[in-house]
Amino acid sequence: MMEAFIRPLGTRSLFEARQQLGSRLFLIAASLFYLSPMYWMVVTAFKSDQELAEFPPTLWPHELVWQNFDQATKTFPFLPYLGNTIFYAALTVLGSVLSNFVVAYGFSRIKWPGRDLLFYPVIASIFIFVQFPVNPITMVPMFSFFSGLGLVNSFLPLVLPTFLGNPFFIFLLRQFMLQIPPSLSEAARLDGANEFQIMGRVILPLTRPALLVVALLAGVNAWNDFLGPLIYLQSDKLYTLSLGLTFFKTMHRIQFNLMMAASCLVVLPVILVFLCFQRFFLQGVNLGSGK
Amino acid sequence: MARTHTKLIRGERRNLLYGLLFISPWIIGFFLFLVYPVLSNFHLGMTQYSGFGTPEWTGFANYVALFKDPLFWTSLYNTFYYVILAVPLGVIVAIGLAIAMNQKVREVAWYRAILYLPSVAPVFALSMMMIWLLNPRFGLFNYLLSWAHIPAINWLGDPHWSKLAIVLVAQFGAGHIALIFLAALQAIPPSLYDAASLDGANPWRKFCHITLPLLTPTILYDIIIGLGLGLQVFAPAYIMTGGGPLNSTMFTALYIYKNAFEYNQVGLAAAVSGILFIINATLAIVIFWSSRYWVNYHLE
Repeated sequence: MMEAFIRPLGTRSLFEARQQLGSRLFLIAASLFYLSPMYWMVVTAFKSDQELAEFPPTLWPHELVWQNFDQATKTFPFLPYLGNTIFYAALTVLGSVLSNFVVAYGFSRIKWPGRDLLFYPVIASIFIFVQFPVNPITMVPMFSFFSGLGLVNSFLPLVLPTFLGNPFFIFLLRQFMLQIPPSLSEAARLDGANEFQIMGRVILPLTRPALLVVALLAGVNAWNDFLGPLIYLQSDKLYTLSLGLTFFKTMHRIQFNLMMAASCLVVLPVILVFLCFQRFFLQGVNLGSGK
Repeated sequence: MARTHTKLIRGERRNLLYGLLFISPWIIGFFLFLVYPVLSNFHLGMTQYSGFGTPEWTGFANYVALFKDPLFWTSLYNTFYYVILAVPLGVIVAIGLAIAMNQKVREVAWYRAILYLPSVAPVFALSMMMIWLLNPRFGLFNYLLSWAHIPAINWLGDPHWSKLAIVLVAQFGAGHIALIFLAALQAIPPSLYDAASLDGANPWRKFCHITLPLLTPTILYDIIIGLGLGLQVFAPAYIMTGGGPLNSTMFTALYIYKNAFEYNQVGLAAAVSGILFIINATLAIVIFWSSRYWVNYHLE
């Protein structure tokens, strides 16, 4: 026990320095690995057809072939698909923010019998339906359901569920709202405000940071959705960018530089949103851990 | 006295009505998008249904057909292979990254952003990138491996490697979980480590006796989420391999998709979805139940 006190300071900081160096090397290696798909995507997007066929592959293009992007957007209807994707993402953000705010309010700001009991199904559905609302477990009956209503081949089956609550977002917002002191609502109530006024004027402004997290995650989820559009959007006029990219795979001879150029254009908005709102993404993760 | 009593009751009733009113979107969504399809799977699973017209009742015929279909068993085998490999690997990678990020490294904000980045990128685009990255002749991976004199691997064309390639895609999402682990690491009081140092514990013992036990709630969360994602893995296989080569990446979700939307075997697909639900729910419940033996909730 005494050794810890006796050990000279020098060796201890030497040990720490070595540990730090080890961590840094590990993190640099991990970062290179995590960046490798995007790096290879960008590098390939700028290569000419001839350079693409070179062996061994070049780690940096001889010259940047910007026309690849031009050609890629002509290979499939890029702008209409971009429009569809933005439309889908915007409605998803709207639905998610509205519905989950109201539902989480009901689960946290009002005390009513059975409230916490009813929250168990919310938690349970987070764990089993990790992908919500379209996932391999529910997709077959949901497709027959929407097909019976004649709603397949529209954005409705994709967007309607977002207006009816998402278990993960409800959980996230509820955790956040529970941290707002109940006395704020009580004070407003004593001043004669009704429940809707308290929700709109007291709680809504305070919940704004968490709602931004929900908006960002919901928007990115819609942008990144593949299975939902694959099943429900059948006419190629309605396709999203996720489906548009698969055009490149079905081509007779896959042109990887064009495929990667198109991928760049699809991924870029997500990356930009992430870089602009980094703090909220990283915060959102920790809200989700229930801490 | 009596008046206050009725007033209280009225207040409670008012709260109950408001509460139910506010959560009503979720109640509708819960029954429409979760309860209904799960039950409907078992109903549709007992019918012959092509997606058009009316389903025809056939009892257990679909389940019998599945039992005899080797591809169904292959899909279950592939799915479990994937889950058993991807989930523990995901936990280990995430904890490793979190511990490294928790050291006093000055530029840690950069690593955090870089490691998190691939988990916001769309899985379908990541899968597209991987097709090219893992290209046996012109891909970056085999090129880097050739520096170490490792012969070219046909990642997506060789049944021995194809599942590993898809496990690899999943690891690019580990940055997200790593940050949750990082938050858990930072919640551990430093006094615990100081006390252990005074008792002469080495870093490895500190990890085993302090860090790991206090990370168990997060490990539980990661395993349950990973289980759901793994059992329902779809997009990477659909895009990268289409289930091949030799059905080595024919996962259950892909099997459901192909039957329902390509072969018009909607009843059969629903039967598989029902089975997948039972597997997922049972395993999740068993893992939750087991958590009382290995999860430490001491800090909470």
